[in-house]
Amino acid sequence: MARRAKFGIVAAVIAGAALVGAYVFAVAPHRQPATLWAQTTAPDLANGKRIFFAGGCASCHAAPGASGDARMVLTGGVALKTQFGTFHAPNISPDPKAGIGNWTLAEFGDALTRGIGRNGENLYPAFPYTSYARMKPQDVADLYGYLKTLPASGNVAPAHELSFPFNQRIALTGWKFLFFSETPRVTLASADPQVQRGQYLVEGPGHCGECHTPRNALGGLKTDQWLAGGPNPEGEGRIPNITPGSDSIGKWSAEEIATYLETGFTPDFDSVGGSMVEVQKNMAELPAEDRAAIAAYLKAIPAR
Amino acid sequence: MRSMIGMRKLATMAAIGLCLGAGLGSAAGAADEPQVVRAGMMKKMGGAMGQLAAIAKGDKPYDAAVVKTSLTTMEEVAKAFPEQFPKGSETGFNTEASPKIWEDMATFKTKAKALETAAATQLATLPADQAGVGAAVKSIGGLCGDCHQSFRLKK
Repeated sequence: MARRAKFGIVAAVIAGAALVGAYVFAVAPHRQPATLWAQTTAPDLANGKRIFFAGGCASCHAAPGASGDARMVLTGGVALKTQFGTFHAPNISPDPKAGIGNWTLAEFGDALTRGIGRNGENLYPAFPYTSYARMKPQDVADLYGYLKTLPASGNVAPAHELSFPFNQRIALTGWKFLFFSETPRVTLASADPQVQRGQYLVEGPGHCGECHTPRNALGGLKTDQWLAGGPNPEGEGRIPNITPGSDSIGKWSAEEIATYLETGFTPDFDSVGGSMVEVQKNMAELPAEDRAAIAAYLKAIPAR
Repeated sequence: MRSMIGMRKLATMAAIGLCLGAGLGSAAGAADEPQVVRAGMMKKMGGAMGQLAAIAKGDKPYDAAVVKTSLTTMEEVAKAFPEQFPKGSETGFNTEASPKIWEDMATFKTKAKALETAAATQLATLPADQAGVGAAVKSIGGLCGDCHQSFRLKK
């Protein structure tokens, strides 16, 4: 082939790749506009506490094995073992050095809703910002206010243990391009405010889909199988289907689902186990109307 | 001499008979397998908890005999349960036992003991009314999740 032609082809391929790269970078999520956080009002700490339990922050960010009051000290350190390597949840106590005491609301909010760190770096979706992306700015502001009232900890959590290429944060831009979404996970026919509240809690702070929805080989959610269950992303056993088509809870009433979230007991008094124990403890702290809303949503989503 | 049943037919019938016998025998035998026994024990535990919860919720009237029987069942099951995990019973028969049980049998037995003690304590003071039963359900119920968190695995 003529040298000029070969050169032309190579140049075209490089230009094409550059265009695709630029497109991916443009479309992947960026920081929220500053006005989004600036227009929130003074934090409602009671609501912040409610969001704290709905979001399950303590389950990853408190010290491993913490119980009772120790769950409120967000030292970091819990290890999340996945097929990509082991992640360690960071310290998010209000400590100015080791924690997030010096962060602005905008920095906190961008981390939670866009997976962007303080220095503009991508955060790993082991932190479920892919769900938290749906949180209302005022709820984020209230949560931020509440976190500031918790005890400070000087603990420095271990770094993530990831091998190449998973330790390259820049690659997450591509991952976010493919898998980040801020839109509702399911389209519901119901305009019932209770179901809508349930949708917000489950798809947003509750981040239930992160465990209860199966994933593809790149770790993205198979959203057409929303809440249909799959292998445990933490490694062992399976996570149940929680749609109306489920073998485990499909026949339960909404009331039975809400009772399970409150007490950990199934209708025949089997008891919650595995990773769900932590979740149920958080659900138990919510007002009854939130548990009822979650249950109503679970009865309204498509059966799988 | 001519036999009533041909030798071949006889051999076939014997073979079928042996298979049926083995099948029936293993079906009866399966009931003795530790995986099956221990699952049954947990069902009994759930049944006892259900009786107490019904009183606590007010669905059923307070009945001292029911409370006593339920707590006794819980104490007995908690005592016998850890013995149902011999080596070789890690898998099979739809067991939901986590491999962690055999990795850390000591902690597993400690948690079973905690349940046994809690049930025994409640039995000794015997909750006298709906509120008392409610408190018992709360205190024992937390122990279920504590063990299930580490040692039970949905498969």
